[in-house]
Amino acid sequence: MTAVEPMTAVEIAAAVKSGRRSARSVVDDHLSAIEAGEAEVHAFNLVAAEQARTRAGQIDAAVAAGIDPGPLAGVPVALKDNLCTRGLATTCSSRILDGWIPPYDATVVERLHDAGAVFVGKTNMDEFAMGSSTENSAFGPTRNPCDPSRVPGGSSGGSAAAVAAGFAPVALGTDTGGSIRQPAALCGVVGVKPTYGLVSRYGLVAFASSLDQIGPFAATVADAAAVLDAISGPDGRDSTSIAAPQPPVSDTLDDGVDGLRIGVLAELSGDGIAPDVASGLRAAVGALESAGARVARASVPAAAYGLSAYYLIAPAEASSNLARYDGVRYGLRVDAQSTPEMNTATRSAGFGEEVKRRIMIGTYALSAGYYDAYYGKAQKVRTLIIDDFASVWEEFDLLVSPTSPTTAFSLGERTADPMAMYMSDVCTVPVNLTGQAAVSVPYGVGEDGLPVGVQILAPALGEPVMFRAAAVLEASL
Amino acid sequence: MSTGILGVPGLGAPADTEWETVVGLEVHAELATETKLFSASPNRFGGEPNTHIDPVSLGLPGSLPVLNQKAVELAVRVGLALDCRIQRSVFARKNYFYPDMPKDFQISQYDEPINTDGWLELPSGKRIGIERAHLEEDTGKTVHIGGGGRIHEAGYSLVDYNRAGVPLIEIVSRPELRSASEARQYVAELRAILVAVGASDGKMEEGSLRVDCNVSVRPRGSDRLGARCEIKNVNSLRSLGRAIEYEARRQIDLLSSGQPVEQQTRHWNEDDGRTHALRSKEQDYDYRYFPEPDLLPLDPSAKWVEQIRRGLPALPRDRRLRLAEAAPSVDAGHIALAVECSLDELALAAMSGGAVPERVLTHVVHNLAGGPGQLAAEALADLVQMEEAGELTATQAKKVLAVLVDEGGTPRQAARELGFEAMDAGELEALVDGLIAENPDEWSRWCGGEAKLAGFFVGRAMKATGGRADGKAVTLLLNARRSCESGSA
Amino acid sequence: MGQQRITRAECAHVAALARLELTDEELERFAAQLDELLDHVAEVEALDVEGLAPTMHALPIANVLRPDVPGEVLDRDEVMAAAPLAEDGQFRVPPVLGEAP
Repeated sequence: MTAVEPMTAVEIAAAVKSGRRSARSVVDDHLSAIEAGEAEVHAFNLVAAEQARTRAGQIDAAVAAGIDPGPLAGVPVALKDNLCTRGLATTCSSRILDGWIPPYDATVVERLHDAGAVFVGKTNMDEFAMGSSTENSAFGPTRNPCDPSRVPGGSSGGSAAAVAAGFAPVALGTDTGGSIRQPAALCGVVGVKPTYGLVSRYGLVAFASSLDQIGPFAATVADAAAVLDAISGPDGRDSTSIAAPQPPVSDTLDDGVDGLRIGVLAELSGDGIAPDVASGLRAAVGALESAGARVARASVPAAAYGLSAYYLIAPAEASSNLARYDGVRYGLRVDAQSTPEMNTATRSAGFGEEVKRRIMIGTYALSAGYYDAYYGKAQKVRTLIIDDFASVWEEFDLLVSPTSPTTAFSLGERTADPMAMYMSDVCTVPVNLTGQAAVSVPYGVGEDGLPVGVQILAPALGEPVMFRAAAVLEASL
Repeated sequence: MSTGILGVPGLGAPADTEWETVVGLEVHAELATETKLFSASPNRFGGEPNTHIDPVSLGLPGSLPVLNQKAVELAVRVGLALDCRIQRSVFARKNYFYPDMPKDFQISQYDEPINTDGWLELPSGKRIGIERAHLEEDTGKTVHIGGGGRIHEAGYSLVDYNRAGVPLIEIVSRPELRSASEARQYVAELRAILVAVGASDGKMEEGSLRVDCNVSVRPRGSDRLGARCEIKNVNSLRSLGRAIEYEARRQIDLLSSGQPVEQQTRHWNEDDGRTHALRSKEQDYDYRYFPEPDLLPLDPSAKWVEQIRRGLPALPRDRRLRLAEAAPSVDAGHIALAVECSLDELALAAMSGGAVPERVLTHVVHNLAGGPGQLAAEALADLVQMEEAGELTATQAKKVLAVLVDEGGTPRQAARELGFEAMDAGELEALVDGLIAENPDEWSRWCGGEAKLAGFFVGRAMKATGGRADGKAVTLLLNARRSCESGSA
Repeated sequence: MGQQRITRAECAHVAALARLELTDEELERFAAQLDELLDHVAEVEALDVEGLAPTMHALPIANVLRPDVPGEVLDRDEVMAAAPLAEDGQFRVPPVLGEAP
C-alpha cells in the first residue's frame, strides 16, 4: 500500500547527509504515502505537512552549507499525540484537550529535532493512553495496516500503524503497561519500552507517572536503536531521569548472543497464550539457541500478579494526574453556574468512557478506608515482583515471552468487555511495574496471517544486550 | 446560641480561674528562595498577574516537578533552629479540586515530613513542642468579583497563579500554648527565628507568614483536650490575640451554658471581631494522599545537615542571653527589642569598647528605630563615653547620633560640626554673669524664690550658645552666684 | 462472583470526589465493572506481603535537586489565549462557592 521505497531511517540519514537524497524529497514521499493510505488507516490526529516541508528545507540548507544536521538528518518521525509539541496541537485523543496548543516542547521532541528529524504529524491513540486497541480515541479508531478489519493494538496504535504503513520509518510511542510493545507486535514492527528513567518524561502528558516511559517504533532493530540513542539520556527537568549517561545501543548491535543465558518466562508463556503465538515464541527461542545462547525455563512467580497490581496502581496515579483537566486553564470548558459544577460538566463531557472508568477505579483505590487494601497492597506486590525478577537476573541475562497473548483482534471485539481488554496487557505490565527494559520484535505470522511479536526482557539498563538479541532475531527471519 | 458575653467580643480575658485555653498553631511561611519549590519561575511577591509562571507552576500537561535545593536547605535550617529531627522525607499528593491549584492536587509532605519533634523556647523560658515542619507548595490567588468581594456572593472569580508553587514551610506546634498572649509570643519568636536563619522575610502583611490556630478550652486541671476549632484568616499578631480571646470566650460561654462545642473550621472577621463557622469538621474531606510519583524521596545526608548547621547564625534566644549577660542591669524588654531589631551585635561591640550598657541600650532601643545606618560600633562607644564625661548633653548626643547614622564618622567630629564642643568653665561663667547683668529684674525675682525663672536663664544660655551650654551646669552656676550674693549682703 | 464489593452509592460518592457526573445507566454499569475488577484483583489481597516495603518508584534513587536559579517564564498572552475564559490577564471562573476544603 506504500509508494515509498523502503528506506530505513539509518539509510535516509546517510543519504541526506551525503547529499544523495534531499530531506525534502524524503518527506514528500512520506507525505504522499500518508495521503494515499491515511483515509483507511487513520494513524494521525494531525498531519503537519507544511511544517515538515519547511523543516526538511532547513535540513537540506544545512547540508548544503556543510553543517551536519545530526544522526537522524531528514528522517520523518511520527509523534504520539501525548507528546507536547510547541505550536502543534496535542490532544491525547481526548475532547478535553481539543484545540490545546502546548507552549513548550517535550524533551524527546527537542532531542529529535536537534538530531535532525522531521516531524510529520501527531498519531492517534487510546484517550490518555488508556486502552489496548486505539478504539478509545475521541477521533475514531486506527486500523491495522496488515488487515483493516483488525485493531492495531494500543494505546500507541497510531504510531505503530504509521510505521507499519510506511507513513514514517520511525515513530515515538509511550508505554505504561505495554502500549508500545503490544501494538508493535500486532502491527509487525519493532517497539521498545526503555528502562524507567532512561528517557525523560518531561512533556509527556502523564497517564501513570511511575510506569510511563517513551520509546521508539521502527521497521528495523537498527532504526529503533538509532532513535533510542537520540532520545535517551539525563534530563534535569525530570526528577526520575537517570543521571548517568548510558552507552549507545547502536554501537553493540551486531555483537550477537553467543554465550548469553536466556530464560523463557514461564508465567507469561503458558496459560492463555494462543497456540500460533506460542509457536512463534518457540521458533524465536530456536533461533537464539542456534546463535549460541543458552536457553532454559525461567520462573518469576509474582509476575502472575502483575496485571492486578497494575490495574490498581495505574488508575490511582491517573485519577490524580487527570484532575487538572477542570476547564479552568486550558482545553474544554462546559459552562455552569458555579466552578464545582463547571468542573463536573467539563470532565463529564470531555472524558470518554474508558478514562472515566479508570478515574473511578483509581479514586476508589486511593480513597479513605481502601488505600491500604488496594493501592498500598499493590505497591507491596510491586516490591514482590521486583524481588522475584532480581533473583532471576542472577541466572539469566535476558528473558523472553510472547508480547501479546493473541495476534491482532477485530475492531469492536473487546470494547464491550473491559476485563477482556485489560487481559491483553498480561505479558507486558510486569516490565512497567519493575522499571525494566523490554522490546517486541516481529517474528513470523499466526494462523490468520497476522504478525506475531516476541518480547525480550532485560534488567534495568540492559538495553545494549537486549538489542543484540533483537538484532539476532531479526536477522534469523 | 447564647449571645450575652459574646456581644462584647475581646473584652477582658476568659474566666481563667475555671477554664484553661489550649492553643496549637500551624504557621505557613514562604521560603526566601529565588525560584519556586518545583520549578524555575520566580518566587516574587506582587507583579502583574500570571507573569511568574512556567509549565510546572501552571500545571500544564506534561510538566514535571523538580525540587529546589535552596528550599530544602532553608527547611533544614528551620528544622535545626527548632531542634527538630531532620529525617528522610517523601512528598505526597493531596488531592482536591479548587481553581487556585493548577494541578488540582497540592504537593506536600504527609506522613514522612522532613522535620519532626522539635521545640521553640518563648522569651519567658517556656518550651513549646513542635510536632513537624514540612515543605509544601503554595496555591495561586483567587479574587472574587461582585457581591462586595465576598466568596459566597461573588458573581465570578479571577485566578492568578503567580504564587502557585512558591515554597512554604508549615510549622505545626503541639497544643501547648495556654493563652492568646503566649500564642502571640510564639509567633513573634518563630518569626524572629525564621528571619534570623534567612528562611523567610516573615511579613504577615504580605502573607508570607500565615497563621491558622486551633483553639479549645477545658476545665482547669483537666488533662483531656476539648473539641477544637480551627481559625483561619488571622493576618496580624494583633488579630491572632483577639481571635483566640474571642474564640476561647465563645467556647467557654457555650460550655458554661451546657452546650457542646462543635469541631469546625471558623473564619476570623477583623471588622466585627468575631469568628464565624466555615464548615463542620465532620465533613472531613477525603484528600486521597499518596506518594508523589514524579518526585523521589528526600534524604539529606548527615554531612550536608552538619554543613548547614555550621552555617547557622546565632538564634534570637542565644543572642538575648548573650546581650543580657553583657548588660545585666538592663531591662529584659530592651534586650529583646534590641535583638528583634538586630541591633544586639552593634550594642555588644560598643559595650566591649567600654561604653556603659544602659546608655548604649537606651540609644539602641529609642534612637535607632530606623536602623544603624552608617553608625560604627566604636563611634557609638565614643559617643556614650562623651556623654558620660559630660562633654555632651542627652539632647546633643541624640543629635550627634542622628548625624552618625546618616553620614558615619566620629562623634567628636560630628559634635564639633554641630557646634556642641563643651564650653570651658570660664566661658560659661562669663556667659552667666552677662545674663545676670542684662536681666536684673528676673535675677532678683529668682533670688526672691521664683524658682521657675531658672528655666528662663537656662533658655537664654542655650539660645546664646546655640545649645552648647549644659543646662545643669548653668543651674549650678546660678545657684553659686545667688549664695555668693546672699553671703555678701 | 462473590459478595458485592462496591455499592451504587459508593460508586456515586467516588464519582463526586472525581468531579464526574454519571447517568443512572453509567452508574449501574460502572458499579458492576468496578466490582468485577475488584473481584479480579482480590488475588493481591490474599497475598502475604507482610514486611515488604511498598515500591513507589522502580528507581532506587533519592535527593534529586535543582539549583535555585530562575529560568524562563511563559508568555502571558500565549497562556491566556489558551484559557477558556480570561479577564485582565487572569483566568475567569464561575463563582467558587466556598473556601478550599
